[in-house]
Amino acid sequence: MSAGGPVTAQAQPGPGTVDTVTAAAATPQRPQPYADLGLTEEEYRRIRGLLGRRPTDPELALYSVMWSEHCSYKSSRMYLRQFADKAPPVNREAGGALLAGIGHNAGVVDIGQGYAVTFKIESHNHPSYVEPFQGAATGVGGIVRDILAMGARPVAVMDALRFGPADAPDTARVLPGVVGGISFYGNCLGLPNIGGELSFDPCYAGNPLVNALCVGVMRHEDLRFAVARGAGNKVILFGARTGPDGIGGASVLASAAFGGGEAAKRPSVQVGDPFMEKLLVECCLELGVAGLLAGIQDLGAAGVSCATAELAAGGGSGMSVNLDLVPLRDSSLGPAEILMSESQERMMAIVEPQHVAQFTAICARWDVPATVIGEVTGTGRLEMTWRGEVVVDIAPETAASQGPVYDRPAARPAGQDALAADDPARLPRPAPGELLDTLLTLLSWPDLADKTWVTEQYDRHVLGDTVLAAPENAGVIRVDEQTGLGVALATDGNGRYSRLDPYAGAQLALAEAYRNVAATGARPAAVTNCLNFGSPEDPEVMWQFAETVRGLADGCAFLGTPVTGGNVSFYNQTGAAPIHPTPVVGVLGVLPDVRRRLPLGFRRPGAGLVLLGRTGEDFGGSAWAWAVHGHLGGRPPAVDLAAERALAAALAAAAHDGLLAAAHDLSDGGLAVTLAECCLRGRPGPAGCQVSLPGDPFTMLFSESPARVVAEVTPGAEAALAALCQRHGVPVTDLGTVGGDRLEVAGCFSVALDRLAAVRAAVLPALFG
Amino acid sequence: MTARVGVVTFPGSLDDRDAARAVRRAGAEAVPLWHGDRGLHGVGAVILPGGFSYGDYLRCGAIARFAPVMADLVPAARAGLPVLGICNGFQILCEAHLLPGALAHNTGLRFIDREVQVRIEHNGTPWTSGYERDQEIIVVLKSGQGAYLADAATLARLEADGRVVARYAGASPNGAAHDIAAVANAAGNVVGIMPHPEHAIDPLTGPGSDGLGFFTSVIRALVAR
Repeated sequence: MSAGGPVTAQAQPGPGTVDTVTAAAATPQRPQPYADLGLTEEEYRRIRGLLGRRPTDPELALYSVMWSEHCSYKSSRMYLRQFADKAPPVNREAGGALLAGIGHNAGVVDIGQGYAVTFKIESHNHPSYVEPFQGAATGVGGIVRDILAMGARPVAVMDALRFGPADAPDTARVLPGVVGGISFYGNCLGLPNIGGELSFDPCYAGNPLVNALCVGVMRHEDLRFAVARGAGNKVILFGARTGPDGIGGASVLASAAFGGGEAAKRPSVQVGDPFMEKLLVECCLELGVAGLLAGIQDLGAAGVSCATAELAAGGGSGMSVNLDLVPLRDSSLGPAEILMSESQERMMAIVEPQHVAQFTAICARWDVPATVIGEVTGTGRLEMTWRGEVVVDIAPETAASQGPVYDRPAARPAGQDALAADDPARLPRPAPGELLDTLLTLLSWPDLADKTWVTEQYDRHVLGDTVLAAPENAGVIRVDEQTGLGVALATDGNGRYSRLDPYAGAQLALAEAYRNVAATGARPAAVTNCLNFGSPEDPEVMWQFAETVRGLADGCAFLGTPVTGGNVSFYNQTGAAPIHPTPVVGVLGVLPDVRRRLPLGFRRPGAGLVLLGRTGEDFGGSAWAWAVHGHLGGRPPAVDLAAERALAAALAAAAHDGLLAAAHDLSDGGLAVTLAECCLRGRPGPAGCQVSLPGDPFTMLFSESPARVVAEVTPGAEAALAALCQRHGVPVTDLGTVGGDRLEVAGCFSVALDRLAAVRAAVLPALFG
Repeated sequence: MTARVGVVTFPGSLDDRDAARAVRRAGAEAVPLWHGDRGLHGVGAVILPGGFSYGDYLRCGAIARFAPVMADLVPAARAGLPVLGICNGFQILCEAHLLPGALAHNTGLRFIDREVQVRIEHNGTPWTSGYERDQEIIVVLKSGQGAYLADAATLARLEADGRVVARYAGASPNGAAHDIAAVANAAGNVVGIMPHPEHAIDPLTGPGSDGLGFFTSVIRALVAR
């Protein structure tokens, strides 16, 4: 097993004559299919300029995937800089020092006691529409390898999902496939699925969003980077063999909006093998413990192209690779196809020569194929040979980090002002006697219905450290069994709010995830994000994107929660209609002791209920306006990040001091939906409540003002809670008490919990079987 | 002397760490056993954990039964070694013919992760001696192929001999014949259970601690020897 060894002739010849560097120099005018590979004429000219000749076909393939929107962030990069430029000073109190920030496979956050956590969310939207099961499955697999590449043990996954109308025939195809794919891959990999989101809107018909998040835990000293350094060190490709999976997936699927012909693209979607990934996880962790990894990189979009270019560029070194040595599942693949293949479950490591034998022995123990395919050089060039000829000879940074950057035109949408002016105040509101019907309508609306049909398909118990999982406010994972140190994670994003005002919408998504984490008693520490948008070539979409990034960066700066990494998904549109701008924001929080976490369900009959925060008239983009009236207009709820910060601080202190028994944030559907959820989630069983509302009952029940939670107070702690909230400047309103088997709102309605449960539980099974 | 309980790791085992944690919580030493190694390292009992051994390719448990460690485990089990197969481990025990019957796809064909109530009907095994007969406990069912099936004669024999160790209280969530959640071999030392007692050892991370009895029971049996 040596890179310099004799070339193994493949069983069959590759397709056609292979284009070499020598041939490229000799035939400068040969026409090349750059447009079919997704490159513009300008980009093609730029490649020729960088090389001083035309690229070989394998080089063209390499640049086309590395410079695709998916890999290069060419339309978003100039905006994403704000996440670093506006990064807040480190919040020492929450842990939160960044050990690795944006630009690595995933950001790494210090959570104290020598532990660090890495987490990231990534989209797999287009593949999941074309082939829902495999698209979603490989989305999980890809994000898990990102976490693994940082040196962490993956400990949990989450997924944020958006589909077209729940009753649309295509949703019946896409949703069960996506959920089945996540279930299949995550369960077989042995990672608990601890939460996420599921919602429906006509704008996602034909453009479902499948955003997968993974979180991993490591000791500080286990942190690894994607660098190739040290001439003579070996380049080892390990994991699954390379096949024709997803060839052109990165550039064809992720960078071109759908315009028909989806069936023809089906072979571009990768196929996942979670069993191989499980072996790869255990194998990588053992390799790390044994100290054999001088550098490591996962293979995701752009496969070998990306891994070799990024490792070489990251280490400021050169690399020589013999493509004949790449183990193939399909021996007819040529060099360009090997470079573009997105076969799953592969990793690349840089290993010192004296460690190669031990490395391969550990891989053999886990039945993971490992092959030396090249070595690090001091030339500063990425060189690849195929059948004895040089087919790639480039400066690696030209592919990895010097791709095109576009300042695309952005323009506020023509209808934006009219949309904002269409205030929901004009909508007819229910009479007091109709408030229960409004609540029942919302609870039977698929977005707010019981999600058990989905979450029950996910293993949330494996690994034995899941303290909270969906439908709780946030997923909570125990990190240290002795001290109780743990992390909380939530993702949120509301496309309707963002459609009305993308700047505010981004901050509302951030605020909701931040609040959800805080409602468990955790201190929010860091942020990841997946920004889902239409075509960046549409100036109105570009304006939405620019406003979203600006809003999120400003919000993170204010709240002291740095963005540690993320992902942009463009071209989520069919024809001229883009999706709502949909930033999905993930917030990570730290719990010093998970035994003090707050669940959301009511627990003790007789305990007092309070509403923390202030309620205003916030109905723009609300669940009520949309689900009841089909109305989307006006202003989204008023952002108050200072109030969010004060509320989060009060919740963490109250949880630490044992003043609360339960807490649940208010969001879609307002107080009415929150109370119903708290009652139905009661422990040991459903627990009713009697509340009376100050002010207008409709506004109190259904307004979506942010910075609010409902909390059950520990008996005897009422005065201490009031004093604590006063110190933090958080308004407290007494709502009533826990007890009985009905949800009673004085002067409005009284409804049996059984009825609420039945209404909520029936929705998804009726739709999806 | 501390009891020693082996936990086998196959490629694709997922709940091995959880089984080991449960053994430690119950007060014994958890001894990792590797699928590719021969020998049982002197352990007093063995747990085959949950997961997807060998990716569940071919058929759940069908490949794992041929692992080198099984060459020592099968005769030891036939000679009386207490063996508990949980979920995938149950499937492996059936494939290895240490237990009768088989596990089929859930009715509904979907994976289910749900807290379920089961009734302990046979407390004469080393794994269930700490429970009262007919005691109802809450454990975690999480499986896609968890429906216990056997031919009518086998089911009749299991019932007549009192070898149904645990039964789902109420309707079977996965279509298991006779609502069977766990069965034992004739001697009682080998038990296969579909739901996971090792995920019910601490109210912080599971539905409660009802499952701990499986592990404390076997430790008591080992210490008494």
